[in-house]
Amino acid sequence: MPPRPGRRVAIVAGLRTPFVKANTSFKDLSALELGKQVVGELVQRAEIPAKAIDQIVFGTVIPSVELPNIAREVGLAAGLPKNVDAHSVVRACATSLQAMTSAADAIALGEIDLAVVGGSEAMSDVPITYSRPVAQAVLAASRGRSLVEKLQAFQHVSAKDLLPVPPAIAEYSTGLSMGESAEKMAKENGISREAQDAWAHRSHFLAAQAWEGGKFRHEVMRVLTGKDFETVVAEDNIVRKDSKLEGYGKLKPVFDKRYGSITAGNSSPLTDGAAALVVCAEERVRELGLRPLGFLRAYAYAAVDPGWQLLQAPAFSAPKALKRAGMKLSDIDLVEIHEAFAAQVLSNLQAWSSKKFADEHLGGAEPIGDVPDEKLNPRGGSIALGHPFAATGARLVHQALRELDEKGKNTALISICAAGGLGAACVLERT
Amino acid sequence: MGALRAETGPDGIALVLYDVPGERVNTLRDTFQQDFHEIFGRLAEDSAVKGVVVASAKPDNFVVGADVEMLARTKSAIEATALARGAQQALQRLEDLGKRKPVVAAIHGPALGGGLELALACTYRIASDDRKTQLGQPEVQLGLIPGGGGTQRLPALIGIAQAIDLILTGKSVRAAKARKLGLVDDVVPRAILVEVARRRARELAEGELRIERNKVELKLPKLLRTEVLQQIALEDNPVGRKILFQQARKALLAKTHGHYPAPERALEAIRIGVEKGTEEGYRAEANFFGELVASDVSRRLVEIFFATQTLKKDTGVDEPSVKPRDVEKAAILGAGLMGAGIAYVTADAGITVRLKDKDDAALGRGLKQIAGILDERLRRKRLSPREREEKLALITGTTDYSGMRNADVVIEAVFEDLSVKHGVVRDVEREAANAIFASNTSSIPIGLIAEAASRPDKIVGMHFFSPVNKMPLLEVIRGRSTGAEAVATVVALGKRIGKTVIVVNDGPGFYTSRILAPYINEAAFIFTDGAAVEDIDRALVDFGFPVGPMQLLDEVGIDVAAKVAHVMHDAFGGRLASPAGFEKLVESGRLGRKTKKGFYLYGESKTKEVDRAVYELTPQGHKRNSPTTGEIAERCVLQMVNEAAHCLGDGILRSARDGDVGAVFGLGWPPFRGGPFRYADSLGAAQVVERLRSYQDKFGVRFTPAPKLVQLASSGGKFHGR
Repeated sequence: MPPRPGRRVAIVAGLRTPFVKANTSFKDLSALELGKQVVGELVQRAEIPAKAIDQIVFGTVIPSVELPNIAREVGLAAGLPKNVDAHSVVRACATSLQAMTSAADAIALGEIDLAVVGGSEAMSDVPITYSRPVAQAVLAASRGRSLVEKLQAFQHVSAKDLLPVPPAIAEYSTGLSMGESAEKMAKENGISREAQDAWAHRSHFLAAQAWEGGKFRHEVMRVLTGKDFETVVAEDNIVRKDSKLEGYGKLKPVFDKRYGSITAGNSSPLTDGAAALVVCAEERVRELGLRPLGFLRAYAYAAVDPGWQLLQAPAFSAPKALKRAGMKLSDIDLVEIHEAFAAQVLSNLQAWSSKKFADEHLGGAEPIGDVPDEKLNPRGGSIALGHPFAATGARLVHQALRELDEKGKNTALISICAAGGLGAACVLERT
Repeated sequence: MGALRAETGPDGIALVLYDVPGERVNTLRDTFQQDFHEIFGRLAEDSAVKGVVVASAKPDNFVVGADVEMLARTKSAIEATALARGAQQALQRLEDLGKRKPVVAAIHGPALGGGLELALACTYRIASDDRKTQLGQPEVQLGLIPGGGGTQRLPALIGIAQAIDLILTGKSVRAAKARKLGLVDDVVPRAILVEVARRRARELAEGELRIERNKVELKLPKLLRTEVLQQIALEDNPVGRKILFQQARKALLAKTHGHYPAPERALEAIRIGVEKGTEEGYRAEANFFGELVASDVSRRLVEIFFATQTLKKDTGVDEPSVKPRDVEKAAILGAGLMGAGIAYVTADAGITVRLKDKDDAALGRGLKQIAGILDERLRRKRLSPREREEKLALITGTTDYSGMRNADVVIEAVFEDLSVKHGVVRDVEREAANAIFASNTSSIPIGLIAEAASRPDKIVGMHFFSPVNKMPLLEVIRGRSTGAEAVATVVALGKRIGKTVIVVNDGPGFYTSRILAPYINEAAFIFTDGAAVEDIDRALVDFGFPVGPMQLLDEVGIDVAAKVAHVMHDAFGGRLASPAGFEKLVESGRLGRKTKKGFYLYGESKTKEVDRAVYELTPQGHKRNSPTTGEIAERCVLQMVNEAAHCLGDGILRSARDGDVGAVFGLGWPPFRGGPFRYADSLGAAQVVERLRSYQDKFGVRFTPAPKLVQLASSGGKFHGR
């Protein structure tokens, strides 16, 4: 019995750029440029007839005022036919998962057959804004008819107002930064510094092993950059090839210097990168000469009070997605959890297996249970691979399907926590 | 039915639409004088008509010029002069009408030659801002000058210096530039072109709008611009004008080497008009026009023009049922100079390109080359930044065969080596089984390349010339087993990317490389026999080639030429043997510009200088003793003509027309000499054979006349029927 109504949706291709630390290899590239690179290459590599593309759904979390609808610009810039419809989506760190599920719903309903979905993030190219008084003065000046009028508009602007304001990675509703929220979760859920550091080491160790083993060769494109296309960016540059557990303990907590446990080592770093997928109605896959990597079985989103535990919504979205899939955690062969912070991963896992949590928050349902270690993030996660906000969802989906293929397994659960107290999950299957 | 129709609206404005029946483009045809007198005479008398708008009823062109067929039909200079006089009078009729009722030209699409002259005879001109809109006097490109008053009205409107520039070069300008030059009075979006033209006509009729044209806007900052100084200093006084004409003439002769009389005559017509008044000017224009139409130079240029026009309609195959395949995606193997060039022209035509090379560094160099060409166009404002991005985005790079399965055509531009080519053929048959495989080889027979193929019908040759984005010719090679669909597809692709395409049959060197070989060989013989490098090059440049053979060798690479020469010698025997001493050049590492060591010096100096050390490699050493310029040119050119005749006789060429077009557009054969076959026809086959035989007596088999020439010499026939 298909759990989702409507037509079944296949994921037929995926690709990402290398994920690199902000202000390194991609420091001169915009979110549009990164999105263009990955979409252009993906469409060629997947050998999709250009005419078959109905829609592009794409997003970026830190938007640029010049690109209010980045999906459209990515489609045009990547050389897709100009009549390919496009809309942008945002769901913080689950943005490209949202892009996928939005397109999947349209496919299920029969509105479209095939879509390119994804997201890109250029943390090296965030918009720097001016303070409110300066912004108001600039607008007033643009309306001024004479030079005097134009200058008058600035008379109430003070020197302090002239400092540009970079965007903060903080919750608008609570004012707490992401790290402070993670810190709060670590304390309330009793996640130790040692456990977090061990998780971070695991992430780097497994990611390095996967790179070493060539497991990303079908997932990561090479990007030629520089004025003369002379620089080749071929690999992620955050993964520590020689990660040692002892190293993590030496780092100082960033957000709570006295009692804290969140360090730069056990958090995901600011990252540049882009990722994309091609989704297609199952019934159209073969006639287009394509091959499914897997299918979307179910998905679910959830939200919690951001002032409570900002990144604990996966404790709600994952059970919901499993229920919609008609499956138990034991039916799942692979679990890919987005690692914003080690403390968040461990909090999510703890909630999943906790009877107490289920009683208090899930109306007494059975907890979904423990995830066996060997089924969990076997190629490392966002702490080691990096986390370009809008690209992570598409990375997780493609990476999970490739991993299933390699292991000859069938089902995967993807779980993502997102700013605003949001949680996202989906269940994928290969057959 | 005439080409003009008029309809007067309630606003009192008559809209005259130019619409040559049954044609895609408007030209000035035999009937136009009559049409003009009739329509404009009637409008002049019709009291309901207050003003006139002249526009085209064609969707994308105004009037592209005089009908060239009409010109070609004229039998004498007198007849052609009469034609020009008639055109002048018809346009005078229009100008006279404009003195009573304003006539506004609404220009969308090309307004060229007679089309621009038509617009110039109007009172006011408005152009659409569309990219298709271009204005110019391209007559010199056909060895002619404007014959409908262009040499008189254009300088009066935009100034002598600017008019000289447009008429002598034949270049056209877009709407924005035309506005700047004062060639048009306003530029508007296409959608409102006719509407605005009507309004302006009404305003002019009612005196609401007055025409004020300042040739030069004397605003302070602009005073410093040289063109303004030039105009003030030279045009407004007789002494200055004299200098201006002298300078123009000098620059012209340096460019044409005296081979092209048309620009000189145009300059003279402008001068006469300026100095003696327009009456004299019009007369001179008509006389020169007549003289030029009947001249050999113009006849040859017109023939070439017709040949390219017929080639545009040629599918490249004789099977009428065969249709070219649609090409949406092309894969190009090899991102070197040629591969990147091919990728650029392909993407420029809007085709998706998958570019492959062995590693990222090679790919990066290819992309850099492509971006460089686009940047240059951006700099010249031929492209918008967005268009640049769009074109670049059509090209993705790869180091494996991913993304090629759905390519419609694969073009290989890998190393020129048979075993390498064979490897590529096998790879492509595995990875892109359905694709047509085109080899950009310049010398390896397609039949040999196809030996590695299990589907040889898909293998075809696409011989591009370097630099690919500039050279207009594409030589398509049909091997013995090449299928018609493959040929038709690459011919259509070639036309789509803007090339003039000839189809030739397979054989060593195909056509162009094959006729170039004995020409180069002859230059090499002359060199090794003791001639000075600059004398050889000068002789052929004087003949009309853009560069001489020695300089060409430096550009192509002496080693490359030697390799081709070897292949030709093996294939055709003694006739194509190159001089024994020539190998020494390659052995000594003298490979041409790429090694900065060839016949010329490649140092800091801007002026071209022969590297005299090269003489030490010949028996005569530094003591040079050149044959006459005439003999050098004749020997080299006869070699090319003779080999071309072999190609026609051997069935390499489908027609003499293709042979002429190939030589002109691929090898720089002087266009005013029409190509090797037209040239032979102009001399007469008997004369060619006689000259060949006299050299044969002196130099042996390499001058033995081709059977085809001997046959025509005895029958008194010509290569071209027409």
